[in-house]
Amino acid sequence: MDVIKNIFSKNIRQYAMLIALVVIMIFFQIATDGILLVPMNVTNLILQNGYVFILAIGMTLTILTGGNIDLSVGSLCALIGAIVGTLIITMKMNIVLAIILALVLAALIGMWQGFWIAYIRIPSFIVTLAGMLLFRGLTVTMLKGLTLAPFPESFQRISSGFIPDVFSGIGTSLNLTAILVGVIISVLYVIVQLKNRTRRLKSNFDVGSTTFFAIQAVVIVFVINLFFYWLASYKGIPIALVIIGVLIVVYSTFTTKTVPGRYLYAMGGNEKAAKLSGINTNKVLFFAYVNMAVLSAVAGMMFASRINSASPSAGINFELDAIGACFIGGASAYGGVGTVVGAIVGALVMGVLNNGMSILGVGSDWQMSIKGIVLLTAVAFDVVSKMKSRA
Amino acid sequence: MDEFILEMRNITKLFPGVKALDNVNLKVKSGEIHALIGENGAGKSTLMNVLSGIYPYGTYTGEIIYQGKECNFKNVKDSEKTGIGIIHQELALIPYLSIGENIFLGNERAKNQFIDWDETHAKARQLLKKVGLKEESSIQIKDIGVGKQQLVEIAKALAQNVKLLILDEPTAALNEEDSNNLLKLLLELKEDGITSILISHKLNEILRVSDYITIIRDGATIETLKKDDKDLSEDRIIKGMVGRTLTNRFPEHDSKIGEIIFEVRNWNVYDPIVDDKKVINNVSINVKRGEILGFSGLMGSGRTELAMSIFGKAYGKHISGTMIKDGKELVLKNVRQAIDNGIAYVTEDRKSAGLVLMQDIKSNISLANLNKISTRQFVDDHKEIQVAEEYRKKLRIKSSSIFQNTGNLSGGNQQKVVLSKWIFTDPEILILDEPTRGIDVGAKSEIYAIINKLADEGKSIIFISSELPEILGVCDRVYVMNKGEIVGELSRKEASQESIMKCIMKSDMEVT
Repeated sequence: MDVIKNIFSKNIRQYAMLIALVVIMIFFQIATDGILLVPMNVTNLILQNGYVFILAIGMTLTILTGGNIDLSVGSLCALIGAIVGTLIITMKMNIVLAIILALVLAALIGMWQGFWIAYIRIPSFIVTLAGMLLFRGLTVTMLKGLTLAPFPESFQRISSGFIPDVFSGIGTSLNLTAILVGVIISVLYVIVQLKNRTRRLKSNFDVGSTTFFAIQAVVIVFVINLFFYWLASYKGIPIALVIIGVLIVVYSTFTTKTVPGRYLYAMGGNEKAAKLSGINTNKVLFFAYVNMAVLSAVAGMMFASRINSASPSAGINFELDAIGACFIGGASAYGGVGTVVGAIVGALVMGVLNNGMSILGVGSDWQMSIKGIVLLTAVAFDVVSKMKSRA
Repeated sequence: MDEFILEMRNITKLFPGVKALDNVNLKVKSGEIHALIGENGAGKSTLMNVLSGIYPYGTYTGEIIYQGKECNFKNVKDSEKTGIGIIHQELALIPYLSIGENIFLGNERAKNQFIDWDETHAKARQLLKKVGLKEESSIQIKDIGVGKQQLVEIAKALAQNVKLLILDEPTAALNEEDSNNLLKLLLELKEDGITSILISHKLNEILRVSDYITIIRDGATIETLKKDDKDLSEDRIIKGMVGRTLTNRFPEHDSKIGEIIFEVRNWNVYDPIVDDKKVINNVSINVKRGEILGFSGLMGSGRTELAMSIFGKAYGKHISGTMIKDGKELVLKNVRQAIDNGIAYVTEDRKSAGLVLMQDIKSNISLANLNKISTRQFVDDHKEIQVAEEYRKKLRIKSSSIFQNTGNLSGGNQQKVVLSKWIFTDPEILILDEPTRGIDVGAKSEIYAIINKLADEGKSIIFISSELPEILGVCDRVYVMNKGEIVGELSRKEASQESIMKCIMKSDMEVT
C-alpha cells in the first residue's frame, strides 16, 4: 500500500491529469450522446491536434531547461508552410527534397534563436517574441499576403493518409493491420516491463507489489487495444499518428534515458550545480531551441498538409496551445520538472475539450475562456500541492 | 551607573540539528560603541538577527529588554519602529534607485501617497551631509562605490531616527580610507548619543573605537572586556575568541604523505564583473599525494575564488599562471576537463550550487559522471541504482531510499550526497570548500572520517574551512590566505589558532 502511495505522490500531477482526462472524456461521451468516441471522431481528434502534440514535445524540452518558452513556434509553422508551399507548388520541387530543405532551414532558424538565448543570454521570452514577429512578417512577405494551394496529393497524405491494410479483402470491415499493430505494441510493452522488473529484482531492488504491476499492465494493454480497435473501425492507422507516435517514443526515451536528456533536467533544476558538474549548459539550451525549431517545421508541414494550403495566417496561437499543454501536463514554469508523456496528456486534455465543446455547439469564444480556466486550475493545483508537501 | 539601553537575557536559538545560540547574555550601555567579536559561525549574526526581528519572537527563547521595556519583535519593521537599525554585511540597497529614494525606502516622504520629491531630496541632502558623503542624492546607488553605499545605509538608518545601530562587518569590503571614514562617523554618532553594536573581525579597528568588547564563542557569551582594562590587547582578544580546549571531535589519523602531485604557480585571477579588481594575487601552492591540505582565512579572503578558478575556470577572468599535475603542465579550459583530469570541487554552497534539490539522491550522485554508467549515451538505470545504493551505504546517507529528493534531507546528509557525487568521479585531488558548514557535530565527525579515508586511499585533499579548530584537527599542512594572497604556510606542528590568526593580523597591518 505504501508503494502505491509513494508512486502516486511522486507522480501525482501526471496521474491527476490522466484522471482528469478520463473524467473529461466520460463527461463529453455522455454529453454528446457517444459522438466523442465514435471511431471517426477519435481519428479526427488525433489529426486535428497533431501539430499540438509535436509542438508540445519540443516545448517540453525548452521548458525543462529553466522555464524557457518559445513564442515563435506558431509563426515558424506558418513560415515553413510558406517555404514548402513555394518550393512544391510554385517551384514544383520534389516533395522529399522540399521537406528535407525545410527541416534544414528550420534548424538554421533554431540556431539563430538559440545563439541569442544560450550564448548571449537574452531572455527567451524576448528573443522568441522577436522571432514571432519576424517569422510572421517573412511569411506574409513570401506569400505576398495570399494563400498558396493546393498541394499535390502525395503531400496531402502526410495528414490525410492511412497505412494501407495488408489484410484487406478478407471480408471484415475492420482494419486488421491496425488490430495487429495494437497487439504487437501491447506485447512489446509487456516484454519491456517484465524485463525491467526482473533486472531490478536481480539487483535486489524494491519493485513494488506484483498485483499492482499486473493491474497496471492489464489496464495499459486494454487501453492500447481499445484505441487501435477504434482506429481499425474507421480507416486504420493515420500516417500522422505514426509520425507522432515515433516522436513521442524517441523524445520520451531521449529525455528519460540518455545523458543529454539528464542534462536538460539538471540544468533546469539547478543551473549552477549543473555547470559545476561539468555540464555545458549553454550547449544544452542551444540544442533545445534548435530542436524546437525543427519540430516546429514538422508541425508546420503537417498543418499545411491538413489545410492543403500555405496560408499567411496559419499557426496563429499554436505556441499558446503547446505551452498550455506542457503546463497542464505537469511541467514546472521554473524548469527541471516535466515529461514528454505529460505534455501529450495535457495536449489531449485541451484537444478533447475543444472537440467535445465543438460537437456540443459551444462557441469558440466560450471554448477559449474554458481552456484558460483549465490551464489556471491545473497550474494552481500544482503550486498548492507543492506548498502542502513543503509544509 | 550608566543606564543599559539593551539587555538580551538568556537568548537560545535552535536551528534544525544545531544550537546556534546557547543562553547568550548581552548588555549594552546607552551611548557606547559595543563590539561583538567571535569566529565565523560563533553566532554573532544570529544574535543580531534575533535582536532585529529577522528571527521573530517565538522562534527563540529568552528576553530582550530595550529601553527598559521587554520587546517581542515580530519582524524587522517592529524593531525599526523602536529605533533599532541593522546594516547587514550584504547591503540592502536597490541599485537602480537614487540615493534619496533608497534612504527613504519604506519610509517615503509623501503626502496622500504622492511622493514629495523636494522634501525627499532636501532631507536626503541633510542626512548625506551628516554622514559625510559628498554625492548628489539623485544619483543611482549602482554608480557609487561600496564604501559610499555603506554610508547611505547609515543615512537610511538615521532617517528612521535610529537609536541603536547594528553594523555587521561594515569594513570587510572597504579599503583603508573608507574604513577610517566609517569609524570616524561612528565616533561622531556616539557624540550625538547613538549607540552602536559593531561586529568585526578587524581587531585593530575594534580596539580603536569600541568602549566594550563582548566575545562570543560556540553560541555562548564568553566575556565582556572594557576599554580601560589594563591587559586589553589583540592577543588578549584572540585568546578569548579561540580559547577552547580541543576535545576528541577529530578522529585520529596518520597521513601517509607522498610526493608532490599537484602544483599551482603564480596564479592570478580577476573579478568576473569588476574588470580591474584582482581577486587572487600571485598565489603559488602545492599538494602532495595522500595529504590533507588546509586553507584557512576569513570569509572573503579568496579561498573559494582560488579553488574555483583552478577547477576549470569556474570563476574569474583573465586567469594567469601555471598548473602542474604529475610533473606535466595542465591546461583546463572548462569544468568538464577539470573533472576528466581528476580534480573535483565540493562547493561551499551545497543548496544553491551543489545539488539539484528537486531531484533524487540517485540522480544527484551520478550527475558529474554520467558517462561511467552509460553506453552510447544511454544511461543504464540499473547501474545507476547500484552505484547510488553503494554510496548510500558507504557514506551512511540517512534517507528512506535513493529515490528521496535531496531537498528533503538534512544538511549533513545533503553534504554526504554531494561528497558521493564527487567521490564517484574518482578524483585524485578533491577540493572541499567548507564541507561542514551548517551541519551538526555528529555528521561533522563522520565527514572528517570520510576525508581521512580518502587521504589513506592516496587522494589529495584540499580542505577549505573558516573554522580554525577543524583546520587544526584535520589538516597535515595549512596555507593561510588573506585578501587574495597566501600570507602563511604552517606545518601541522606550527599551526595553532594563535599562529593562524597572527598570520592574518600581520598581513592586515602590513597593508595599513
